Amino acid sequence: MDINDFRSLITVLGLLCFLGICAWAYSKQAKAGFDEAARLPLSDDDLPAPRGRQDQEGKTNG
Amino acid sequence: MQSQATYNYKVVRQFAIMTVVWGIVGMLVGVIAAAQLVWPQLNVHEFLHFGRLRPLHTNAVIFAFGGCALFATSYYVVQRTCHTRLFAPGLAAFTFWGWQLVILLAAITLPLGYTTSKEYAELEWPIDILIAIVWVSYAIVFFGTIARRKVSHIYVANWFFGGFILTVALLHIVNSAAIPVSLTSMKSYSAYAGVQDAMIQWWYGHNAVGFFLTAGFLGMMYYFVPKQADRPVYSYRLSVVHFWALIFTYMWAGPHHLHYTALPDWTQSVGMVFSLILLAPSWGGMINGVLTLSGAWHKLRTDPILKFLITSLSFYGMSTFEGPMMSIKTVNALSHYTDWTVGHVHSGALGWVAMISIGSVYFLLPRLYGKSEMYSVKLINAHFWIATIGIVLYIASMWISGVMQGLMWRATNPDGTLTYSFVESVKASYPFWTIRFIGGAMFLGGMLIMFYNMVKTIAGQKAYDAPVLAPAAAHA
Repeated sequence: MDINDFRSLITVLGLLCFLGICAWAYSKQAKAGFDEAARLPLSDDDLPAPRGRQDQEGKTNG
Repeated sequence: MQSQATYNYKVVRQFAIMTVVWGIVGMLVGVIAAAQLVWPQLNVHEFLHFGRLRPLHTNAVIFAFGGCALFATSYYVVQRTCHTRLFAPGLAAFTFWGWQLVILLAAITLPLGYTTSKEYAELEWPIDILIAIVWVSYAIVFFGTIARRKVSHIYVANWFFGGFILTVALLHIVNSAAIPVSLTSMKSYSAYAGVQDAMIQWWYGHNAVGFFLTAGFLGMMYYFVPKQADRPVYSYRLSVVHFWALIFTYMWAGPHHLHYTALPDWTQSVGMVFSLILLAPSWGGMINGVLTLSGAWHKLRTDPILKFLITSLSFYGMSTFEGPMMSIKTVNALSHYTDWTVGHVHSGALGWVAMISIGSVYFLLPRLYGKSEMYSVKLINAHFWIATIGIVLYIASMWISGVMQGLMWRATNPDGTLTYSFVESVKASYPFWTIRFIGGAMFLGGMLIMFYNMVKTIAGQKAYDAPVLAPAAAHA
């Protein structure tokens, strides 16, 4: 195989790999995990304790 | 299970404070350089000449200001979202002191005239080696922390920070490969020659924009925008596609910096096409950040930190639209080497990079000192408006002067001679350079307000290290 065939092959594989990632990201099975992951920063109470808690309204599933 | 351990906020505090300090220094040098263009007699000494101050300005704002902001936020975000203390605290402290030493050495060697002459990689070989050591330590601390996370998922912001750290290591080490004249000499020659050297330099240069100035700051966006808006990111699946699309396309866009040069034509065209493709992931990410505010738009009215974050995304959208347009060869024929490029860079650098960093640091500072908000929210608001007006003055003046310069340089008389001499275009640019100086000075003024607000917030406060929290049940 010529080195340029190899280079073309890598490019095509890169594209297929990316399309695979898109299909996976938009699949039904990934959704539940993503919804949970999206809440990761929000379910973490990072305000200092004394005055912090009362300030933070609308905190969920923390 | 609540342990007594606390997060390592010390290194975050150090980097956050130095972000503001280096921001002021770097922008001050920029304002001086802008003044030198309007009043050339300000070039008082060879050490303070425009040609030496300009690389000092770019290095200071990108690597000192931007770099410190990236270190501070990535160390904070990786600890909070992984629910674990920073890995290798000694090494983390080394990254802080090592990075400050790099900045100090840059501030000494660049005015003295030591330069590789590679844009954004001007520092000479001994400093390059120090940068490589600090950067590898950074990677060990960051990925070590990820490795011992207490949650199963790696939050998307960490993917962006991780991609930025790995890629910058690769870019820096490859582009800085050089042979010193001797071990006692500061002078070195690039390991590459001719057009390969140019291509590697702009592969580096464009990916420094793509990874240092974009991916890392997108990491900030994916944490601080949801946090400040108290809403989960608009679409998590879009954020995953956003990440991989940037990774797969950015690496190819470098040749657009070398249009109409000795670079082979097909390479220029590949660079242009990939630059155009980049519009899609850039806008996908921008929309993802902005729409995170769905249902919480009213918060923009009262929360100046959110104003900084969301306005930065608007500038990100603007400059990532402008960039692909400028990479089109026929547009580039007009825009290249003019002030339009300078305007474009500052729309990204001040509008996107600086504003998201400023917003993130305003978010961090009170939390690092055991408070719930900054000393004065009104001053944050004042900072926001001064900075925004400054940016608009800056980029509008550069657009006008850039297009004017491009048109003047290409104008020809019927007999084929040039209509204008170069110096006529310089003369015509003066009013716009004056406006740019005012815009830049306003942006610097905003940073001084931030510094005052920071000092007032910290004064009399003890440094605060938050306890390491066990992750919420759903994430464990």
